[in-house]
Amino acid sequence: MTASPLARPTGRVARMKAPFATRLRRRRILVAYTFMLPSLVVLGVFMFYPLIRAAVLSFTNYSVFGAVKYVGLANYTTLLQSHQFWGDLVNTVYYAGVTTPVSVALALGLALLLNRRGLPGRGVLRAAIFLPAVVSLAVAAIPFRLMFTPSIGLITYWLGLIGVHSTDWLDSTTLAMPAVIIVGIWKDVGFYMVIYLAGLQTIPPEFYEAARIDGASAWQRFRNVTWPLLSNTTMFVTIIALIASFQAFDQIFVMTQGGPAFSTETLVMLIYRTGFQNFQMGYASAIGYVLVLIILLFSLFQMRYFNRRAIRY
Amino acid sequence: MPSVTESVATAGTGLPLQARPARPRARRRRILGTGWALAVGIAAALVIVFPLVWMFTTSIKPESEIISAHPGLFSATVTGSNYVQAWQAIDFPRLFMNTVIFAGGVTLLSLTFDSLTAYALARLDFPGKNVIFVLVLITLMLPFQVNLVPLFLLLTKLHWVNTYQGLILPRATNAFGIFFLRQFFLSIPKELEDAARVDGASDFKIYRSIVLRMSVPALLTLGLFHFMYNWNDLLWPLIVSTNSSMYTLSSGLALFLGQHVIQYGLIMAGSVLAIVPMVIAFLLIQRRFVESIATSGLR
Repeated sequence: MTASPLARPTGRVARMKAPFATRLRRRRILVAYTFMLPSLVVLGVFMFYPLIRAAVLSFTNYSVFGAVKYVGLANYTTLLQSHQFWGDLVNTVYYAGVTTPVSVALALGLALLLNRRGLPGRGVLRAAIFLPAVVSLAVAAIPFRLMFTPSIGLITYWLGLIGVHSTDWLDSTTLAMPAVIIVGIWKDVGFYMVIYLAGLQTIPPEFYEAARIDGASAWQRFRNVTWPLLSNTTMFVTIIALIASFQAFDQIFVMTQGGPAFSTETLVMLIYRTGFQNFQMGYASAIGYVLVLIILLFSLFQMRYFNRRAIRY
Repeated sequence: MPSVTESVATAGTGLPLQARPARPRARRRRILGTGWALAVGIAAALVIVFPLVWMFTTSIKPESEIISAHPGLFSATVTGSNYVQAWQAIDFPRLFMNTVIFAGGVTLLSLTFDSLTAYALARLDFPGKNVIFVLVLITLMLPFQVNLVPLFLLLTKLHWVNTYQGLILPRATNAFGIFFLRQFFLSIPKELEDAARVDGASDFKIYRSIVLRMSVPALLTLGLFHFMYNWNDLLWPLIVSTNSSMYTLSSGLALFLGQHVIQYGLIMAGSVLAIVPMVIAFLLIQRRFVESIATSGLR
């Protein structure tokens, strides 16, 4: 029971030290959470609370009119049986499936082109191609809408001059989607090009010199030096391009409002129309969750692919 | 890529270079290549800039020429009447002010809040750190559209629909910003801070006078991103403002188009006025813009 006389002082020191250390630790934790307080409050109130609320809403028939009732999975089962939903999902995949690879490929091509040393006017050309990235897509879509209008627009007129007679693109269920895709690519290609240009800067020039000494052709240099060394950049650009194109809204809202006959209506357009024009807010929340699921799946899939293929030098 | 590694190895060992004789031909080919690249580059730039140029030239055409059967890029007569009409039909000073307050407010608040959180995540040790970081990463992947409905209901309850706080506060912190700044703060060497800590400096002092001061380029980059993104955003202001006095340039113009789609010259003049501030800002700090985007991609 009695501790040895030698142990007592150390015991006392330990007892005195412990509260001090705890105080210090508490203080450090307090400081850390004080630093994070504003962000945590904002994220909690405007991100996580709505996220939970959306989940709850998606199990109700919430609308601004009438009483709220829990309807279980009814919104989801309705969704899965709705032609509207599947049609819009197909539209979204169509939009993303064309916009992403085309804009990434064009961006890479332009970056390779404008990365040449000794190209006169390189800076001006880069700036011109980048320009759409800084303007509002919603506003820039307005001239595009008029350009596709046959009575005044140049596109139909010029196509007519070279013998291609087309109707009003934005009034055609087959051509309206290509029209909004063109605008989507136009907006982002310069942005992705600049990211690629930065990626190209990180490739040591010795690699090209060495390849040239080996007698590698331009294609071989691209295939064996540029492309593998840019794989991280390509992944990054592809992920942000894909996520952005799954959320396409602005130019579609301005140019077609989802029409004609819903042929350009994407999932985000559907959320907007269901929630804020038809006021079926429970149903809109369910669509929102499906969008989350799709984007998470794609992100995880791409991240796995990215981790497997990541090349570091 | 065996060929690359091999050739690097041979270059490294200093073996005699054999690929010399073809030099003049190579140079000719390079000049030819440059010419070809220039032609394609100019063509691409023209195609991309064309809609904006057409928007401008149409805005200074009289209406009769806009709807002519043989539309051209330029017109013989130049008129400013479209601008006068657009200015009268749309309250531009108001839209401009709303957009500046919205984009500027989000940028300033988000930079402050994000950097504070990023400092804690990069430099302080506390329980729950990993959980918070994972939450930030999850937020990064969530499409914000899922929150549109509950956010609108929340803003309605708070009576924040059609207010600046309703536009700004839900965006006052940003997962990408926290993540981006955390990565940047981690790359700052710790020695300076340790010295300051020994001198008794508080965490806030270290954050403010060392970490922030050394992160000015990263903060400018992120600020530019936030500003540009919110300035150009359509969906969020469309939801939060139901009253035309609270519209931003993007939402104001998009909704205006719905009502005046037949007055082409007027709409084009309005679009030019809406786009011009950002284009001028871009031309003024073009290098900064391009560098910013480039560095953010590297990570």
